[in-house]
Amino acid sequence: MADNQQIEMVGMNRSAYLRVLAFFLAPAVLIYTLFSVYPLLATIFDSLYLRHEGGALTFNGLGNFQTLLTDETWSKPFWNALRNNLIFFIIHMCVQNPVGLALAALLSLKQLAFRNTYRTLIFMPTMLSVVIIGFIWQLILSPLWGIWKMGLNAVGLGVLFGPYLGQEHTALITISLISVWQFVGIPMILIYTALLAIPDELVDAATVDGLNQWQAFFHVKLPLIWPTIGLVSVLTFVANFNAFDLIYAMQGALAGPNFSTDIMGTLFYRTFFGNQLQLGDPTMGSTIATMMFVIILMGLLVYLYVIQRRIQRYSF
Amino acid sequence: MLKTTLKIACLAALGVCAMAASASAGKLTIESWRNDDAAIWKDQIIPAFQKSHPDIQVEFAPTAPKEYNAALNAKLQGGTAGDIITCRPFDASLELFNKGYLAPVNDLASMKNFSDVAKAAWTTDDGKTTFCVPMGAVIHGFIYNKDIFKELGLTEPKTEEEFLATLDKIKKDGKYTPLVLGTKDQWEAATMGFQNIGPNYWKGEEGRKGLIAGTQKFTDAAYVDTFKALAKWAPYLGDGYKAQAYPDSQNLFGLGKGAIYAAGSWDISTFRGQNVNMGAFKAPPPAAQKDCYISDHTDIGIGMNAKTPNAKDAKVFLDWIGSDEFANIFANALPGFYPLSNAKVTVKDDVAQTFVSWRGQCKSTIRDSYQILSRGQPNMENDLWNVSAQVLNGTMTPEAAAAQIQDGLKKWYAPQQK
Repeated sequence: MADNQQIEMVGMNRSAYLRVLAFFLAPAVLIYTLFSVYPLLATIFDSLYLRHEGGALTFNGLGNFQTLLTDETWSKPFWNALRNNLIFFIIHMCVQNPVGLALAALLSLKQLAFRNTYRTLIFMPTMLSVVIIGFIWQLILSPLWGIWKMGLNAVGLGVLFGPYLGQEHTALITISLISVWQFVGIPMILIYTALLAIPDELVDAATVDGLNQWQAFFHVKLPLIWPTIGLVSVLTFVANFNAFDLIYAMQGALAGPNFSTDIMGTLFYRTFFGNQLQLGDPTMGSTIATMMFVIILMGLLVYLYVIQRRIQRYSF
Repeated sequence: MLKTTLKIACLAALGVCAMAASASAGKLTIESWRNDDAAIWKDQIIPAFQKSHPDIQVEFAPTAPKEYNAALNAKLQGGTAGDIITCRPFDASLELFNKGYLAPVNDLASMKNFSDVAKAAWTTDDGKTTFCVPMGAVIHGFIYNKDIFKELGLTEPKTEEEFLATLDKIKKDGKYTPLVLGTKDQWEAATMGFQNIGPNYWKGEEGRKGLIAGTQKFTDAAYVDTFKALAKWAPYLGDGYKAQAYPDSQNLFGLGKGAIYAAGSWDISTFRGQNVNMGAFKAPPPAAQKDCYISDHTDIGIGMNAKTPNAKDAKVFLDWIGSDEFANIFANALPGFYPLSNAKVTVKDDVAQTFVSWRGQCKSTIRDSYQILSRGQPNMENDLWNVSAQVLNGTMTPEAAAAQIQDGLKKWYAPQQK
């Protein structure tokens, strides 16, 4: 009934309406099916096959997943990559998003001069190619001719310098922070926009009620931007578990030292495409890709069913 | 409406295919990862070929080394690969042959110019079919800065003990980095370190074949000693060598800040470009040892796309690659890459000539991880990169490094499971 009413409202008969519907939906459906749904299904399909020497394939059910999770040759790199990926994500959550929030809060202050300049400068690295970012930071941090070392020496903190990218206990943290530096503009812009959308009356009313800037931020603005922060978090999660390029550009496919910067993306790349003498293994690569999909899907479900519902109670 | 659009699209696609096909007829395209050498192919090698074969057009179309394997596989699968394929050694090319992408080259007249060792990297396990013409080898050793050696009054070390003493003197002087090698890229530690000095310990082919046959193990003294020798280098490496990448190493030595460079012969042309006054010495064997062994690694071959429409021309070209004429051009156009044919070749670059002169003094071998042993999971070459870097970084003992490689090999390689 409701459908018919709507169709009458736009003044078309049913078949004409369906044609229009198809016309407008087709481009998106076609493109998504071709470039997103089909590759995803093909990957999952591939992960069910076993590749033999010489390239022959046989159906293997969930055998590849069992191998990945239980055979030490595969499970050790897998859990290592997952652990590193979690650390990578946690660093982004603890540094990138709070810093993004702080920057957005500062930018939204009306007293701040050169606001647009700051905003542009901070957002700039996000638009640069990862290869450039990786190259610049490798130069900055180089123990041979990097300015980081010279800078630390100049202020008498030379002892703090180390070959950060070459030590197991510092490499992952260093790369995570470089990635944070690159992408901090995204949470900043999103949160900044959300802050701008808060009606002035609310803040004014709070000020009249005697709240200072800090209190107004924590008690009025922050609750109103929780949904945006939630969105930023989930975007960070998806981006981090799909990350690959920065680590590949800076540490290579072997993600050294001793696989301390190996994340799901690099493990997948190495498995699927191979490395030096290692031949690519498309089916095992697809298995890892499918696991990445499952992990991201689980994270999204947690967000949608646990966090987003709670956030909506806070909002209007 | 939709049908017409589809028809047009199909026609357009057909047109593109036809154009691509017509463009390739009568012209040979070479797939390669040697984009560094593009100018040399275009200006020297191809013109030399065309002087004697004016009717065959040749184009050198390289891909970046990192992407080559993946890109080539995709092109071969899609049927868009060039007529001539530059072959990586061993399994990467063997797999292409097994899939039917590479044609056998046994019947080429010039194949008689190659020894079995030269052909090993591109021959099936049963030794019957060769699918690429061996083109070039690289030799490992050490390149040193002659000016620095003169300034500090040093001579070329002949034994491992002398080598360490030399490094010690350079370190005491303090002005230069004694040994230029970084561990960040990992392969440098494995290839320029482990595979460079190792043959002296495992007696070249004897050890390499022993590992393949299962009569030797990585936990044997020869291999542990190699790692131990490698570990002794750590104090002489540059400041922050753990984060020093391969281009950093090249610059450090190229700018005259380092005294000795753990080298592959392909580095020669890089340093020529930077005008370094350099010499070379071979991996110094332990003092008590009379025989010496060098890593003389078969690295580049060249073969034919099995589905090429220009098979006849391609064969003519490959046959020419096996000729003495090509060997001479190749050796001199690319100092540091040595032809694998039995042709008598004079190398004009003196450092490159030093490297190749070791072939007469020592026994040659290839890197021990390349044939068969890197076929399984965990991949031995990847593991060697990892543990060699760790041994130099001091995060792993030589014994643990050897044990990890042996464990990995034992997991899948039957001859090592006995």
